[in-house]
Amino acid sequence: MSAESTLLYLDGVSVSFDGFKALNSLSLVMMPGEMRAIIGPNGAGKTTMMDVITGKTRPDTGTILFEGDTDLTRLREAAIANLGIGRKFQRPTVFEPHTVWDNLELALKAPRRPLKTLTYAISRDDRSRIEEILDITRLSALRNRQAGSLSHGQKQWLEIGMLLAQDPKLLLVDEPVAGMTDAETEQTAELLCSIAGKHSVIVVEHDMSFVRALGVKVTVLAEGSVLAEGSLDAVSSNQQVIDTYLGR
Amino acid sequence: MLLRFFLMGLDRKAGIVLTILAILAVAVPVMTLWVPADSPFHLSVFTVSLLGKYLCFALLALALDLVWGYCGILSLGHAAFFALGGYAMGMYLMRQIGPRGVYGNPVLPDFMVFLNWKELPWYWLGFDQFWFAAIMVLVVPGALAFAFGWFAFRSRVTGVYLSIITQALTFALLLAFFRNDMGFGGNNGLTDFKDILGYDIQADTTRVALFVATVAALALSYMIASGVIASKLGKVLVALRDAESRVRFMGYDTESYKLFAWTLSACMAGVAGALYVPQVGIINPSEFAPASSIEAVIWVAVGGRGTLAGGILGAVLVNMGKSYFTGALPELWLFALGGLFVAVTLFLPKGLLGLWGQLTAKLPRRNKPSALPNAHPADQKGA
Repeated sequence: MSAESTLLYLDGVSVSFDGFKALNSLSLVMMPGEMRAIIGPNGAGKTTMMDVITGKTRPDTGTILFEGDTDLTRLREAAIANLGIGRKFQRPTVFEPHTVWDNLELALKAPRRPLKTLTYAISRDDRSRIEEILDITRLSALRNRQAGSLSHGQKQWLEIGMLLAQDPKLLLVDEPVAGMTDAETEQTAELLCSIAGKHSVIVVEHDMSFVRALGVKVTVLAEGSVLAEGSLDAVSSNQQVIDTYLGR
Repeated sequence: MLLRFFLMGLDRKAGIVLTILAILAVAVPVMTLWVPADSPFHLSVFTVSLLGKYLCFALLALALDLVWGYCGILSLGHAAFFALGGYAMGMYLMRQIGPRGVYGNPVLPDFMVFLNWKELPWYWLGFDQFWFAAIMVLVVPGALAFAFGWFAFRSRVTGVYLSIITQALTFALLLAFFRNDMGFGGNNGLTDFKDILGYDIQADTTRVALFVATVAALALSYMIASGVIASKLGKVLVALRDAESRVRFMGYDTESYKLFAWTLSACMAGVAGALYVPQVGIINPSEFAPASSIEAVIWVAVGGRGTLAGGILGAVLVNMGKSYFTGALPELWLFALGGLFVAVTLFLPKGLLGLWGQLTAKLPRRNKPSALPNAHPADQKGA
């Protein structure tokens, strides 16, 4: 497949840590607007995959292209983020001393250079965009609360809101529903589905019912490479997948 | 736009600080120069210079709090920037002595004549002009901080490792300035100043003017610092203090943010040193001693880290204590200082201002948000 029309193109990406192959010739293609769920056992390389895409880890070999022509392996984290790749970590990381509003204001797509932020004054557009995100994430009433005082689920939502504010082309979401109640999990699935379409999303998740609720194409990783790809029903009936992951 | 920037930083706390400084700037000259010497409200010139010295330390503490309290960079070498600013001012004051030195050389300072130097080293050129020295007071500490920060932050040196290399930086400068052939007066440093801007440096009016200049510099620096903190840049700084990689993945180049705050802070420390030297009448390499930088950290910790005003309060109170102890019980001072640091760390992790915040939080009144995590929930003006 040619890289040109793709949003994200990984080909033959390998990373090893002290001889342990975290990624073993991984290849993956994402189209614009696509949503993808990544599942796999512990140590399959899910988080390392996110690390190489976002510039946290440099791959030993392999190609990673964004929008067909930008080589991500040469860029630093901030530059990659500014291309339009957002990342949500497993543990919610919001800026605790800041208010919910300020967290969103920091994330909001706007010039990122120090002198620009020093003289930044919020515009009407920015204000209404933040209002909109507060609405989507149901945090409107909590806008002046310190983020540190939010509940776990609210922090997760705030972080998703921050990613929306960043308005990335590609969103990487690591275990968004870990530690959430069933109701919160369901709401989160709805939220992610509503995001998809405008943004491409990669979700890494262990929770099968959540992956089912998303109803998207699934990629199964094992030992650093792709084991199977397809609908959840197709991959869960795949004998290899059952043996290495689901069966256990 | 500049006005908006300053207004942004003006909250109630800034109002209190600036009011106190304004009162000092008016009351101290009046009490020194116009209140008769036998009145109980008279201040001696000695006291004025002592207060001026405290306020120079307060400015150093403010600068340190900007990087420690808001960016999480614990500098154990901030006195180096203070001393460099001091040396730049000292060089100007040395050149003002002219032929009135012991050896009567119109160009060379006494220590150079003593070392048998024939001409002024190139890096002393220009320091006979006040404007040039004033620029150097900012440029020299700023440039050093920029170069140091550029390498340290790019290499992602953080935490205790960064603290250690800041300590090494000031120690290296200490050793360098001790050497006679550096051309900064070696062990004795620069002293015997006569004039500043044509005014006798010992005169009462000059002393009072230097005090007022220090108050003004502190007030201006406070306004700049609180404007920076209140801006979006300041919010990025606090965010990266707590979760740097998260800020990076949001697309902010955190290194350049830290570099900005670090360099700004070094320039402020340089100004503090430049105002300190004419008021105490000497600058020597002991200002670079690691202990001076660590003392500055204690001032900030005592007053309350991440509050700006706390650094000022801590510097003044601890130095008042130091003046008292070193006079009354000199052998106990270091124990008192060490004990204070332990006590503050154990019982007042947010310093005196944190304590004040806790006390007022119990009153049914609105409180200012504190920048430190885990502080009382804040009502924000944000929206």
